[in-house]
Amino acid sequence: MDEALKSELSKQGVFTTTLEDVYNWGRRNSVWPLSFGLACCAIEMIAASMARWDLARFGAEVFRPSPRQADLMIVAGTVTKKMAPQVVRLYNQMPEPKYVIAMGACAISGGPFKQGYNVLKGIDRYLPVDVHIPGCPPRPEALLHAFMTLQRKIDGQKLTGPLRPRHLVAEAPSEFPVPQYGGHDLVPPNNPALWHAPVVARKD
Amino acid sequence: METLEQIKARAEAAVPGAKLEIVVNASPSAQHSLLVDNAHAAAVARFLRDDGQLRLDYASNVSGVDWLDTVVKQTVKSKRLIDGVEKEIEETLEIKKPGYLEAVYHLYSTPLKHGPVILRLRTENRTDQARVPSLTPVWRGAEFQEREIFDLFGIVFDGHPDLRRILMWDGFQDHPMRKDYVEPDDYEYEPTPHDAVLERAKPHYAAEAKA
Repeated sequence: MDEALKSELSKQGVFTTTLEDVYNWGRRNSVWPLSFGLACCAIEMIAASMARWDLARFGAEVFRPSPRQADLMIVAGTVTKKMAPQVVRLYNQMPEPKYVIAMGACAISGGPFKQGYNVLKGIDRYLPVDVHIPGCPPRPEALLHAFMTLQRKIDGQKLTGPLRPRHLVAEAPSEFPVPQYGGHDLVPPNNPALWHAPVVARKD
Repeated sequence: METLEQIKARAEAAVPGAKLEIVVNASPSAQHSLLVDNAHAAAVARFLRDDGQLRLDYASNVSGVDWLDTVVKQTVKSKRLIDGVEKEIEETLEIKKPGYLEAVYHLYSTPLKHGPVILRLRTENRTDQARVPSLTPVWRGAEFQEREIFDLFGIVFDGHPDLRRILMWDGFQDHPMRKDYVEPDDYEYEPTPHDAVLERAKPHYAAEAKA
């Protein structure tokens, strides 16, 4: 619908909308996170959900204890290689549409533990991450900002057409392979269908 | 508390055949320790725990140490006959000292409020004879810490009630805290590499440029 016409009609007291807008408005204001934390970032996540920062303002106060009822996975903390298969399995058990926020330096890259033998170098090696939050740990405001970014992303999703999100494409995967414990590392070390090493421009 | 020399003398008297050695710590902390031979380690540990003057009932900390194989260079002067003339020759000998692993126990006494007495157990080598006797039967609190050392250093504790990996998963084959541990090659994305990380990241640069 033409934006000018929409604006003109609203001046006359006629409210017009589209199914897509209503659908996305409903979805973005009732994103239920999965209640699980992996390390110190979880403390900030808990703080963000309590009265002082009050995640409930965004309709996300209901932290669900079961992946079956959750829409959003907040990976809050260091993902160790021993924990990574369980994180991926939890994601696989969530119903579509589902979103992932990688919170903090560890979840996005391994952080200060990156060169450790036991830490996964970012959960985006196995899961499609929608919003990355830097920080060690990020303040609750940063989580709120990530949340608003996710809401904007949900708001812009199309119901039809080639740009429609994954959960509306029948043949797109909603589950991702769970890595296995190998003799020296997780097998595979990353999901090649999902993750490629970003290209870094170097001087030399 | 008694000095380490006194403890050593009394332990040797109490446990026949035990060979103890004082390992000197030259640093300012001067925390010298007692090296015990593996055959008598459990008996010496029981003596330290039950002796009325020591009563070291609390193993506060058990840690592993990895000592790599070392090569010591020695210059030896010897006299030899060369062409009928006796000459003094200097020779450099390279002596290979095999490495070993150590388990170090820090012992305190809760009733007498003294400590630490530091006890060391040493393995034969770092490969096939990496075994020491477990002291979990003496100090129950050592159980998880010995499991951790088994996991990360690969020391087998004979007599441990439940020797399994504790931090890494069961199928894991390496011992990450050993000095010669090489981690898997997942350095394909290092935005700000330096030093050792840079060396590991460089082989991935070519693949990166192609992509």
